Amino acid sequence: MYALWYREFRVFTREKSRVFSSVALPLFWYFIFGNGVGSMKGNAVDYQHFIFPGFLAMTIIFTGLFAGAYIVWDKKIDFLKEVLITPLSRTTVFFGKAMGSMTDALIQSYFLLAIGIFLGMKYSVSSFLLSMAILFIFAYGLISLGLIIGSFMESPEGYGLISSFVIYPLFLLSGAVYPLDNLPVWMQVLTRIDPATYAVDALRFVILGAKYANMPILLDIAVLLFFDVLMAFVGTWAFKRLRL
Amino acid sequence: MDIIQIKNLTKQYDKLTAVDGISFDVKEGEIFGLLGPNGAGKTTTLMMLSTLLKPTSGFASVNGHDVVKQQGLVRNSIGMVFQDPSSDTLLSGYENLKLHALMYNLPLKEINSRIDKVLDLVDLQKRKHDVVKKYSGGMRRRLEIARGLLHSPKVFFLDEPTLGLDPQTRDHIWEYIQNLAKQTKMTIIVTTHYMEEAEKLCNRIAIIDHGKIAALDSPANLKRALGGDKVILKGRIDTETLKKFPFVKKAEVIEGAVHLSVEQAGKNLQELLCSAGDVENVEVHSPDLNDVFLNLTGRAMREEGEASSYIQDITRAT
Repeated sequence: MYALWYREFRVFTREKSRVFSSVALPLFWYFIFGNGVGSMKGNAVDYQHFIFPGFLAMTIIFTGLFAGAYIVWDKKIDFLKEVLITPLSRTTVFFGKAMGSMTDALIQSYFLLAIGIFLGMKYSVSSFLLSMAILFIFAYGLISLGLIIGSFMESPEGYGLISSFVIYPLFLLSGAVYPLDNLPVWMQVLTRIDPATYAVDALRFVILGAKYANMPILLDIAVLLFFDVLMAFVGTWAFKRLRL
Repeated sequence: MDIIQIKNLTKQYDKLTAVDGISFDVKEGEIFGLLGPNGAGKTTTLMMLSTLLKPTSGFASVNGHDVVKQQGLVRNSIGMVFQDPSSDTLLSGYENLKLHALMYNLPLKEINSRIDKVLDLVDLQKRKHDVVKKYSGGMRRRLEIARGLLHSPKVFFLDEPTLGLDPQTRDHIWEYIQNLAKQTKMTIIVTTHYMEEAEKLCNRIAIIDHGKIAALDSPANLKRALGGDKVILKGRIDTETLKKFPFVKKAEVIEGAVHLSVEQAGKNLQELLCSAGDVENVEVHSPDLNDVFLNLTGRAMREEGEASSYIQDITRAT
């Protein structure tokens, strides 16, 4: 397991441009959304603070899912064969990959979390640590989802499909950029299915305070943990049936 | 006991039977060649032996372990070099090897000394800290051979180890493999469609075509079965007299030249020439495996091999 983690981490640090863009992109979006939509409401600063937790979740959604789906690339360059032929069990391979990609995604989101200080976010020590924990359990579930999708995909050309049918719905339905209160019923149902909703909600609870959250934090965490466990089961199953 | 045992091994895809009930055994320490055109089922066979593909039916064991029921034990006893490069181009050669060592759970203390040893073997010591992206095709293949050897497997599978490499690099790689076989008691299974290579290197060869084994023997025996050396005579030749010699196995006239199959041509040539009539030109060559393949399947292997790999390249590019 350490071996797989080692590899993911080495590859990640080697691709400096990837590290940079994965942090820069959410920030870029954050300012566009924050100032653009914020200007409509008259008070840009409030809105920016409101969506900040959403953009923390966004780093996880984007980098996490892609990192997971990166396994398709392993298939393409035949590195996956090399891994599958070793005595490692499929379960180990799955968790090793997940841990490796998680390191990438978490480094980025923690970095963004820290940048928040300069954007006027006010953390206490406990809210900072709690945010880190929430991002951790959220990242695990999403990366597993990415790995599962990746294990079914035949070629990297399917990446486009992932971003339009998985990443954007997950992000846009999570309530990252708008409040969930006054939505039509059908959309509310969709937001409740989206696991990212619970991550955003929990982060808001921790960072901004209870009045910004829609659901009890314990419910949020319970849903995220349930999602993690579910993904772990589906993931090990998907890896066991993984053929070349 | 034979280190590899295969009985009626079959792999069926929807409509295509890639490997059709093959059976053979490989002895410990042997260099065993699987020879055949592309698409004959060589790679599929290796994939099944290395547990990456599940056989549709039949039985195979490697180092005494069933490839379906004892996958972990099989994987522990084998090393493999795949047909397509499978090293991570963003990692250095050293990192690729270290990763492999970690995945095989080699003792941490031994890892560096083992890496140095295999790097020396393939002559990559100087470039070990370069990123694999900067390696040439031959270096990359050598790195992957080193990687396959790192955990000292009992059986080493090489799938077309020289495909797409220039002749000089090919020679180098075969040299490494031959040295390896001498230095260790490792059993080596190699697939190729280069006949000269199989001929030089392997103790025994299975010729495989359309998923079936067409012949299995040592290269020398396979050629001997053809009935001796080829002698081609030009001029005004008395074919009928020649046919009466006991050592002339076959005689036919092709494009004005007389093609003979002669046993021990070196010894019998003089006698043959004395009675041949008015000879203008003599050509003698020992049969190669291409002749064997031609004889077994009625087709030349070379052309088909290249044509289908060309088609593969096209499908890949699109």
